[in-house]
Amino acid sequence: MGTRPGLSLQMLAWMVLGEWRAQPGRALAAVLAIAVGVGLGLAVHLVNRSALDEFAGAVRSVSGAADLQIQAASRTGFDENLYPQLARMEGVASASPLVELDARIEGGERLTLLGLDPLRAFSVTPNLLGRPIAGDAAGGVTTADALFDQEVITLSAAALQQSGRQVGERVQVNAAGQSAEFRIVGVLEGISGDRSLGVIDIAAAQWRFEQLGRLQRIDLRLAPGADRRSVEASVRALLPAEAALVTPQSEMRRTESLSRAYRVNLQMLALVALLTGGFLVYSAQSLSVVRRRPQFALLRVLGLPARGMLHQVLIEGAVLGLIGAALGVALGAGLAELALRVLGGDLGGGYFSGGRPPLAFTPLAALVIFGLGVTIALLGSLLPALQAERTPAAVALKSGSGEAADVGGLRPPWISLGLLAAGGVAALGPPVGGVPLFGYGAIALILAGGVGAMPWLARGLLSPLRNLNHPPPSIALAIARLWGAPRQAAVALSGIVASTSLMVAMAVMVTSFRGSVEEWLTQILPADLYMRLEPGLALDPAAQSRLSAAPQAAAVEFRQSFALRLNPDLPPIQVSARGRPGAGAGENLPSAGATAERDGIPVWISEPMARLYKLSPGDTLVLPVAPDAGPEVFVAGVWRDYSNQFGALLMDQAAYSALTGDPDRAEASITLAPGVSPAAAIPALRARLPPALAAGADFAEPREIRAIALRIFDRSFAVTYALEAIAILVGLAGVATTFSAQTLARRKEFGMLRHVGVQRGEIVGMLAAEGALLGVVGALAGLTLGVVMSQVLIHVVNPQSFNWTMETRLPWALMATLGVALVATSAGAAVLAGRGALSNTAVQAVREDW
Amino acid sequence: MVAGSSLPSPPLLITDLAKSVPGGRVLFAGLNLCMAPGEIVAIMGESGVGKSTLLNLFAGLDQADRGRIEIDGVDLAALNEEARTGLRRDRIGFVFQAFHILPHLTLAQNVALPLVLARQRQAHALAEANLMLGQVGLPGRGGDFPAQVSGGEMQRIALARALVHSPALVLADEPTGNLDPQTAETILTLLCDRVRASGAAAVIVTHSERAAAAADRVLTLTAQGLAVHGD
Repeated sequence: MGTRPGLSLQMLAWMVLGEWRAQPGRALAAVLAIAVGVGLGLAVHLVNRSALDEFAGAVRSVSGAADLQIQAASRTGFDENLYPQLARMEGVASASPLVELDARIEGGERLTLLGLDPLRAFSVTPNLLGRPIAGDAAGGVTTADALFDQEVITLSAAALQQSGRQVGERVQVNAAGQSAEFRIVGVLEGISGDRSLGVIDIAAAQWRFEQLGRLQRIDLRLAPGADRRSVEASVRALLPAEAALVTPQSEMRRTESLSRAYRVNLQMLALVALLTGGFLVYSAQSLSVVRRRPQFALLRVLGLPARGMLHQVLIEGAVLGLIGAALGVALGAGLAELALRVLGGDLGGGYFSGGRPPLAFTPLAALVIFGLGVTIALLGSLLPALQAERTPAAVALKSGSGEAADVGGLRPPWISLGLLAAGGVAALGPPVGGVPLFGYGAIALILAGGVGAMPWLARGLLSPLRNLNHPPPSIALAIARLWGAPRQAAVALSGIVASTSLMVAMAVMVTSFRGSVEEWLTQILPADLYMRLEPGLALDPAAQSRLSAAPQAAAVEFRQSFALRLNPDLPPIQVSARGRPGAGAGENLPSAGATAERDGIPVWISEPMARLYKLSPGDTLVLPVAPDAGPEVFVAGVWRDYSNQFGALLMDQAAYSALTGDPDRAEASITLAPGVSPAAAIPALRARLPPALAAGADFAEPREIRAIALRIFDRSFAVTYALEAIAILVGLAGVATTFSAQTLARRKEFGMLRHVGVQRGEIVGMLAAEGALLGVVGALAGLTLGVVMSQVLIHVVNPQSFNWTMETRLPWALMATLGVALVATSAGAAVLAGRGALSNTAVQAVREDW
Repeated sequence: MVAGSSLPSPPLLITDLAKSVPGGRVLFAGLNLCMAPGEIVAIMGESGVGKSTLLNLFAGLDQADRGRIEIDGVDLAALNEEARTGLRRDRIGFVFQAFHILPHLTLAQNVALPLVLARQRQAHALAEANLMLGQVGLPGRGGDFPAQVSGGEMQRIALARALVHSPALVLADEPTGNLDPQTAETILTLLCDRVRASGAAAVIVTHSERAAAAADRVLTLTAQGLAVHGD
């Protein structure tokens, strides 16, 4: 007598294929759920990867082949005397000094203007040298002339296209508040893609844009065999406070940190869809196991070892996962390609300007997400498989005992309560590498605990209904069944509770975020009219006085900003002059906490800056805007700011001018005189601007700015909404297939009820009531769990990811719609499946074997 | 074979068997039975007396409080769960009141299950199954699905499945309980003929006097043990 396990491949094929032939819809739903989850996960990853590759490529193309870079902390640059010291340094083969300015071609788009020394750049960053077109037809310059001509510019292909000019034509360039004309002599062939770049001679840049004696960048190439670390240390020792050493690694980290939180968030959302798919696999497999109890019992009696059942269900799950994940990889690649074409590389997040990067397919990532899909399908099958393994053969073979598994008392939900408590504790954890891993872990634990507590919750919510006086028979039957079989109810609800709660959590977070942004926009836009000059343009003190003296304006507050890098690994902060003359920069700011008073220069920092640089009111910091240590300022207060994720700092007008030596301003907020309308004021104010600035000034009313800001907000969350909608659709599909399966498995019960005189309509009514009641329980559970999880998103994940805080606002309309959709889908699916199950005659139904 | 002798082992030998239900109520005690190859024994008794429990004990699906059960010379108590499963697979055939035919497998696949579980090649298993289907009156129907057959035909399929792997013992629990009298008669005759022809022994648990009449011995199960029916 042998004791080998009996689950041969052939047996497996018979049982698995037979089951899928019998229930193709459910297998298909499970496969599709995994495919959608894997597809979304891979698509989001591929789009992110493609965008980062493209962005890193762009950074590299501007940096050229430099081994190290010295970058100015702000646009004011650093003293050019640093250059000869670095050029002579041991270990440095060559150095190339650059002026780097934010500029704009008149009538065109923004571009980065580089002023370089061609001979130096040739040995360090040759790709920044253009290919001048020789001969008269191209503007009358020879190749040699073009290299040193101070009136010529070479543009990248994108900049040339945006300028609307041809090689040989003249172009007006505005930068650093100055304007100069150049002749286009060639194209920068080493700059790929959409990078908008212009290159001129360094002397021209310093002379024509008032940068004499200043540099914004020095590119270094190390000597062969030089010890990079020791060179870096020597360079750092030489650097003034207003310059920083940038390595390719720190530049990559900075690039990556730009959008990391947004990307992680999207990735997590995609995984939510996959997780929901896992729950769908779980409910499909659970129901399948309950329905097949007699079948498993028979196999047990005929000699299949108990673990054979475990293997069968696990293998079913694995095969579903393999097929779903394979489809998902194809779907993901297709979706990524589509998303790159339609939405661009940042999926609407606004982190990378312009550009449609090519798809960068990463096989390793595809393999990892494929494996994740299979693992989720396997995990979804694990509990049902263990259930199958424990099928009591003798009991299950008794006729009519197929669904007996649910009978019996419920154990107290200690494990679920433990998971919920663990979720609460995890929510207190710090971010890991700037990513709120503990926050996401907390959400997963709360979700698992909540779904695990469903049988207990279902019974608790249904208990009061049992005391109803004389409900109609269909309602009474529905309540009795649901109360008596809470575990089956929980199985049906697990997928939808998971997807609903996650969707509600995201919706509450986004609504809270949007509401807070709206409120903030109202607070920070108190004036009647706002004016902003195009990059490169600025109002000098005389122009400011003329504008302030306009009779249409009751008050004008000017503003000027520049980017200042405090940490090479992080994107720069925005430093701004703000406030009415005589009033502090902190006037009417949306405060986000305590304030401090002390001697010194007061600055107000944004919440993200306070979090990123760990600063509190009263703390001091040094701003690297001067050659030596730079001025020390103190934090007078922290304000709520949603405009800059990486930090903003405000200071008084006088302090700003003294600190930077910059009296110019590029923005103004204007309070109009009584009775003056914005429409009447704009032409009058524009007329008071110098002619060179009038065309480059944009005026906007607060409502327009608010509308634009909210439109950008909605666009950046468009993919979030889409991912949420897909997760909920997967969940609703799960409800429909689960209810269909449960209903079809109850043919015998319906036959019996028909035999004892229950009308067909009453059975349909009972099913509708069951579906609706389950929907109500699922909606209540999903909404409650969602609101709890939203608090983790709002108070843990969001601050740790984006450094922003917000107040909770509940999207009542969306939550009500979701609840109604859930109840309607549950009831509808149950009724539709019930009609199918009732199409058999009553006699046939009770004679069915199983 | 019985150890130390040349006599074949009895397909079923039970000695001083006792079983009580949770709570302590004694179902039966002092049961003794020895069956010969080809012998058919019917066990009758009132509902709840433990007939099905007795079959579960014979099949190794339940454990006795006391006593010994040997199937084809193998003491069940000496086997672990895995070995009992193997014994069931190789040496016992089952016929149930509710047929338990898998709806998604063809008739031949249903009949071939015990052979496939014993890891026989698919072609051979299906050929044997088709042969057995012919022997139970369903020649050429191996490719049909259970939805295409009647209740009587279902039990023929179950009978074919019980015998296809040449078991030493067939256990039948109310095999005619779901059939009309005429079909029941046919099935009983077929069951007895096929069991005798195969050389297996069979235990039929039934309430039906007509079914019991087809057996070689009819015993009644009581709390005190097995008694010859009618005594």
